[in-house]
This record gives sequence, structure tokens and C-alpha cells, in this order.
Amino acid sequence: MVKGLIGRKIGMSQVFAEDGTVVPVTVIEVGPCVVTQVKTEEKDGYRAVQLGFGRAKPKNLTRPMKGHLEKAVSLLETKEYPKVLREFRVDDPSVFQLGQRITVGDVFSIGERVDVTGITKGRGFSGTIKRWGFNRGPMTHGCKNIREPGSTGCATFPARVIKGKKMPGHYGSERVTVLNLRIVDIRPEDNVVLVRGAVPGSRNAIVLIRKTNRLK
Amino acid sequence: MKTKLIDKIERDQMRMDIPEFRVGDTVRVHTKIREGDKERIQVFEGVVIRKHRGGANATFTVRKVSYGVGVERIFPLHSPRIDKIEVVRRGRVRRARLYYLRERLGKAARIREKI
Repeated sequence: MVKGLIGRKIGMSQVFAEDGTVVPVTVIEVGPCVVTQVKTEEKDGYRAVQLGFGRAKPKNLTRPMKGHLEKAVSLLETKEYPKVLREFRVDDPSVFQLGQRITVGDVFSIGERVDVTGITKGRGFSGTIKRWGFNRGPMTHGCKNIREPGSTGCATFPARVIKGKKMPGHYGSERVTVLNLRIVDIRPEDNVVLVRGAVPGSRNAIVLIRKTNRLK
Repeated sequence: MKTKLIDKIERDQMRMDIPEFRVGDTVRVHTKIREGDKERIQVFEGVVIRKHRGGANATFTVRKVSYGVGVERIFPLHSPRIDKIEVVRRGRVRRARLYYLRERLGKAARIREKI
């Protein structure tokens, strides 16, 4: 089976564990995903499946995209075009058919560890305190360097700023993977997975949820 | 903002067997305590001085004075650790948060009973 699926972050909540402790969880709507293309060693040089997720209006798709999806969509009951396409490497692509629906229950089970990839919230041009966790200067006693980055280096030698110096700049909107999160619960009737802890992105952001290969 | 899905998940967590009680009421909270592999029940009796709403995340705070020391415990309202809640006495109060009880002792900390 495929090792991961495409999902949508719904938001965060908390649930009670069996022993009564409160567990923070992120609610992710995962799948159902549709196989839109099967990539084989002979044809494409590597083995993978392309999965589709979500629902796109046909009028919003480009013609090439429509042409690419046409065959898979015609095999679906719903005849709906997916909005997001992502590829997942697989060992044996021959078990997948075009238009095949893959749901949460097919891939994940409770207690499993997963990695979740998403695009973090964009924070625009941020200072060093938000971006790098610098400390701030004193607020009082006449200080004027409250949120300044401070010194950026030495003096006559080396007479330049070392490369990679942490400075203000664009922060967020980057692809981040959170590793080794535990699946607390799966609700196949809602296509929902509850994952312990936080996941990058805002509400309704597209995330990839994959079985982890970094199990301790 | 909560979506319908999160609401649904939280509703499943909630317990429907919890009696209605209000701030100012005296309650006995029976909690399950695990010691090793044995489970026993501990009772905490006191005045509810705060109820924090929030669906499945709701909590309430119970205050009692134990050997002259004020003790407050915050319980998650829907915790499976709570065996049961008994309402001992209904109190008549004019505030939602009874923090003023912390500065009072003995007679001054009494709450009128609701008739």
C-alpha cells in the first residue's frame, strides 16, 4: 500500500487518553485520495503513484490538467476533479489502478507514527526576536535598543559580516516536516485523523501525512 | 473558531452523566486515583469558585480549607478520572468567580444557601 496520503488541516483540539490525561491533538482530514497516475520503472524510470485530493471546479482547471486527469476522473463514481496532486513513492505500482480510491483506514492505524509536511504560516518580514528567538534589550532606563538585533560581528578584522548571520528577513511560508507524531485516533466515517501535537500551516492548509521512517 | 468536525470530536469526549451545578455550590468530587495497579476513589469536597466553559475542555475549580490551609483543585469537567460529582448544597452568590473567598476565613467565607 501507499505510505502516505494528502490531507487538510482542520484545527487543534484536545482529547482524554484512557488514563485521564489530556492529549493535545491536531485534527486532519485525510483523503479519500484518488490514484491519478501510476508511474512505473519502465515508463517513468521510477515507481510511484500520483494521488489527487479535494475537489476542483472543472472550469478552474487548465486544459492540460484536465487532459491529464480525464481518464482517472472518468473512472470515478463522483466524476469530480481533484484539486491537489502529489506523488508518493511505492515499491510495487502494479497494485494500483487509475481511479482507485484510497481512504484513511487503508493506510493508517491507531498508534502508528507519522511525519506531517506542510507550509508554515507566513509571517512576512520579521525581526530577529520572532525569527530567531533573540533576546530583547531592556525596556527602560533610557535604552533604545529594545528589539534591535545588536552587533552583527567583529571590527577591522574580518571587516565583514560572517555568512549565515541571523538577521531580520522573510519568515514563514516554508515547507516544514514534523517528525514522529503519534496517531491518537482515526475516524474513518469523517476521514479524520487525530495526530498528537502541532502541525505546520493554518487551518484548511494542505498537508502530507506519511508513515515515519525515523521510528525510535 | 471551531469547525463542525472539531465540535463533533469534542462532543464525543463529553460526559452526559454530570449533574448540573453552579458557582457557589458545595460539591463532592469523587476521583479515581491509581496507586500502582490498584484503583481507589478519593473524595474532594468544597465550594465551586469558578467554572471555565469550553465544550470538552471545560474545567471547574473547587476550593476547600483543609487544616487551616486553603486548597484549590481544578478538575476537567469531562475527565474520565472523575467517578461522580455530588451536589451537597446549593449556594446563593452574586458573582461568577468567587475569588473573594480566598481572602476570607471561617465565618466570613460562608455562602448563603439557595432556597
